[in-house]
Amino acid sequence: MAGDILGLTAYELAREIAAGNVSAREAAEVANARVEEVEGEVNAFVTTTPEIALDRAARVDEGDGAKKPWDGVPMAVKDVLSTRGVRTTCGSKILEGFEPLYDASALLNYGEDLVMVGKANMDEFAMGSSTENSAYGVTRNPWDLGRVPGGSSGGSAAAVAAGEGWWALGTDTGGSVRQPAALCGIVGLKPTYGRVSRYGLIAFASSLDQIGPMTRDVRDSALLLQAIAGHDPKDSTSANVEVPDYLSELEGGVSGLRVGVVTELMGEGIDPGVREVVERTVKGLEGAGAEVGEVSLPHSRYGLPAYYIVAPAEVSSNLARFDGVRYGLRVPAGGVHEMYRQTREEGFGDEVKRRIMLGTYALSSGYYDAYYAQAQKVRTKIIEDFRAAFSRYDVLVSPTSPSVAFEIGSKTGDPLAMYAQDICAVPVSLAGLPAISVPGGLSEGLPVGVQLISDHFTEPMLLRAARAVEEVADFDFALKP
Amino acid sequence: MISEEQVRNVANLARLGLTDAEVEKMSGQLGAILDSIEQIQELDLANVPPTSNPLNLTNVVRPDEPHRELPREEALRPAPDDADGLFGVPRID
Repeated sequence: MAGDILGLTAYELAREIAAGNVSAREAAEVANARVEEVEGEVNAFVTTTPEIALDRAARVDEGDGAKKPWDGVPMAVKDVLSTRGVRTTCGSKILEGFEPLYDASALLNYGEDLVMVGKANMDEFAMGSSTENSAYGVTRNPWDLGRVPGGSSGGSAAAVAAGEGWWALGTDTGGSVRQPAALCGIVGLKPTYGRVSRYGLIAFASSLDQIGPMTRDVRDSALLLQAIAGHDPKDSTSANVEVPDYLSELEGGVSGLRVGVVTELMGEGIDPGVREVVERTVKGLEGAGAEVGEVSLPHSRYGLPAYYIVAPAEVSSNLARFDGVRYGLRVPAGGVHEMYRQTREEGFGDEVKRRIMLGTYALSSGYYDAYYAQAQKVRTKIIEDFRAAFSRYDVLVSPTSPSVAFEIGSKTGDPLAMYAQDICAVPVSLAGLPAISVPGGLSEGLPVGVQLISDHFTEPMLLRAARAVEEVADFDFALKP
Repeated sequence: MISEEQVRNVANLARLGLTDAEVEKMSGQLGAILDSIEQIQELDLANVPPTSNPLNLTNVVRPDEPHRELPREEALRPAPDDADGLFGVPRID
């Protein structure tokens, strides 16, 4: 059996493990072997943890039988999620040797039994759209090793596409789960803000950050969301809303579902090949019984500028904690202020420095109202746009990313070109809505993601629509490279 | 546009050391980013309330009950300098 299981989805593998046809240890061995085989080319991980995977798999196998339906499936965990006693770097030199003292709450449904194959590479502190901003080398897109996997959860996306683990956890602040999922031909879900606890997620922009599943297909996404969703008293922004069964209505189809294509996200700045795939997918949904129309989000064009005020402002505050005092790098200096300055100069990379500077500037005396306060009001307008759209439509559709995976190095000199990667993703983040990227087909031989968006806490319907996209899409998951 | 002097001033507020080359580069890049952000100024939002949390949660509190936290030695373990059971820092200047 062991050789064959690499082709199973996470859901199928979990069923085999629960039925006793495959041991968790076999699954962990297959995952570890796959990491061994392709990691030299892909570099999906900052740290691989083959022994941890085997130890925990053994515990699953020795368990008392009361297994959760996701137990034993090997996973890649983005290196921004705290893992007790396992190095957690956030892709940054400033946390090079940092071993957290506790696990992120999102991992606790697994407890000690999470079969973790490694900590996945990422843009430093999740800031970036290509995983090139990592102090631990660039991750390569398994579809084309000369191209980026997207970011910031590029390591998680590449790991799933390459079969280095059956699924992964990523985090999404302004598209960081959805865009790399799109570029690597996998499914990426950003749940409603507050659906998954952020406790133990090392903060980037606290009013936007959300942990999400990155998987081979939509059913795996529903299963992994089931494992991580829920209220957590340790995260005051986590939602005290009942967790529904995400798998039960997955096969319900889209007959009668009202689907709105977002006009502003289908025009200028979107590659024609990407647009074609989205249009074809929408036609497919219409053929499957959905009622399709067009919808306008007039303020969506202000999403990117508002995001690049709100997120850096929160960064400038959140990253103040990296000061060489309680954890991480310290550069010795005569006085405490010089120690702060030198530690942060040495420990942070270019993009993180840019965002700290941008956020500090936007919050500084005399600029606060013009930038931060205005951006928070734009956020309100964007939420109102979505509210109006959801009075007429159940699910909104757009591309996930304006282009397919781009060449490594092609955008690193131009921050604005890199930021534009998230033009379709950030309005959703500012409104705290759930959204999922599903592969719709290929353009230039590379995967294109279709983004579906729905109202707060309507993930069951969103997943059902996503499952229908999968049915009509001209795409089947296959391991790369 | 943002001058090199402004860049140095902001870097100081952020306790962030920058080389002269970084200051020069940052001045150009931050200027370009700020120019692109400027477009939100064209909206008249005088009577629009701000959003800081997309779910509009406010004042979430939990019961004030004592519970065990990390033991001191544990909490100090990742610290670069754990002098005398405390976080050690260089001279406050």
